[in-house]
Amino acid sequence: MSAVTINESSLKDIMNSPETTPLPATAAPKPRPVPFLETERGQAYSESVGKLFRAVVPPVLGIALFVLLWQIVSASGGDTGLPGPAKTWEAAKLLFADPFYDNGPNDKGIGWNILHSLYRVGAGFGLAALVGIPLGFMIGRFQFLAGMMAPVISLLRPVSPLAWLPIGLYVFKETEPASLWVIFISSIWPIILNTAAGVSRVPQDYLNVARVLNLSEWKIFTRILFPSVLPHMMTGIRLSIGVAWLVIVAAEMLTGGTGIGFWVWDEWNNLNVEHILIAIFIVGIIGLLLEQMLMLIANRFNYE
Amino acid sequence: MHNYLHIENAKMVFDTKKGKFTALTDINLNVKQGEFIALIGHSGCGKSTLLNLVAGLTVATEGILLLSEKEIKGPGPERGVVFQNHSLLPWLTCFGNVHLAVERVFGAKESKAKLKERTQAALDLVGLSHATHKHPNEISGGMKQRVGIARALAMEPKVLLLDEPFGALDALTRAGLQDELMRIVKETHATTLMVTHDVDEAVLLSDRIVMMTNGPAATIGEILSVDLPRPRDRLALAENPAYHHLRGQVLEFLYQKNLKQAA
Repeated sequence: MSAVTINESSLKDIMNSPETTPLPATAAPKPRPVPFLETERGQAYSESVGKLFRAVVPPVLGIALFVLLWQIVSASGGDTGLPGPAKTWEAAKLLFADPFYDNGPNDKGIGWNILHSLYRVGAGFGLAALVGIPLGFMIGRFQFLAGMMAPVISLLRPVSPLAWLPIGLYVFKETEPASLWVIFISSIWPIILNTAAGVSRVPQDYLNVARVLNLSEWKIFTRILFPSVLPHMMTGIRLSIGVAWLVIVAAEMLTGGTGIGFWVWDEWNNLNVEHILIAIFIVGIIGLLLEQMLMLIANRFNYE
Repeated sequence: MHNYLHIENAKMVFDTKKGKFTALTDINLNVKQGEFIALIGHSGCGKSTLLNLVAGLTVATEGILLLSEKEIKGPGPERGVVFQNHSLLPWLTCFGNVHLAVERVFGAKESKAKLKERTQAALDLVGLSHATHKHPNEISGGMKQRVGIARALAMEPKVLLLDEPFGALDALTRAGLQDELMRIVKETHATTLMVTHDVDEAVLLSDRIVMMTNGPAATIGEILSVDLPRPRDRLALAENPAYHHLRGQVLEFLYQKNLKQAA
């Protein structure tokens, strides 16, 4: 029971009292068009805009902040400070205007240097894959071999890549095969280890299928072992190319001649700091592209 | 009638870290051609081990195992196995998975067109004509198990070995596949050995139910003949007193005579 009871007549009094504004005499208000953002299409639209916003804004902001920081650092250094973003950008435009000139040894366009480095990475990594993949399969398949190789791999794997360069120079007497050797020896470990791990992790179910069907060794390899190991192998390849790209810059600094690493060192000798900064970006961008490309390939072989 | 599958005094001892473990002992079983046998027992009673012995995936420590008078020495395509977890190769399509088996068994003496025909026929038999070119990750659990059955049947095996094939499926899908399996076994006259822990499944499908005692050193406790007329219909059986009597006998064996001690 409420404390105040309102009967019909008192309600009428309230309604008609001067304090309550009577409803306007006009009929129902004109139906207002639904605003676009409240319609279904509008909501989908605003959602996708939001998604785009969330995807684009943080990286753009990050890059902007980075450039700003760079600007502050270079400005605070005065005349002898690092070149700023604008100055570097101008130098880059000039540099990439003619990337493929060739003025004899030690003076080639940036394009040539990049291609030389990529070639070395490709060749050194290719050799590593050629040796590492079969070796990884064997280590994974044969316990005895795994036991044999384990101490050798554990010993050699942590060695800094550049420590291998003098050995290469001594054995091959030339810089080109020596730098390939460095790439080879430093990028082979991830391939071996990941392939071996992949082989030893082939699910027993799949191997049981092979046994029940009594498949030949070749069929076991092509239909079961290889496809099952492929994702692990791709991980190894990705890590291995990453290492190779890291190592090439350092190796070329020491061996000289051509390549992005040599170019960095050459520009250091010329005291062309803009070019060194550009080189850092080039190395970073190419490394990123290699990684993305291999990720795309790896996803193609992911069956889970 | 001669014994198609003959198991005599089979014993299986595993070497474990804690020493020898006797999983099975004194297993004696004779299966006639075309018979459907269900192996039932509590988990860990070694029913899957027994199936693996027949499959040749494990070799018996002692005893004799013969299939149509030949000794079982290792796995072979004349024994089609359907695994509990389907074990399809994810990088092959349904067709590819079945074709792998067909190719192995008939590849040497038949044309490529004939092999494809056999593969397709096996998929048709399990009602998967429409999913031929799908990969295992694109189909349901029940469909995967059908592909597993198709793969086993396509080899035209002497015996079909099913290791809890429907254990991982929901009740409705399971019922559908049980009916399907009854139809397939009727059409192909396959000799079948099926591991199950489902009493209804065992009574519905089999001619004889082999009930196993609890491990370690499990053995065959009782063998129950299921003389229900075929074709069997699950709805009609629900009203059938004989069905309930058989079901009761299995339950009695499992829960009174051989109740597993709570661990």
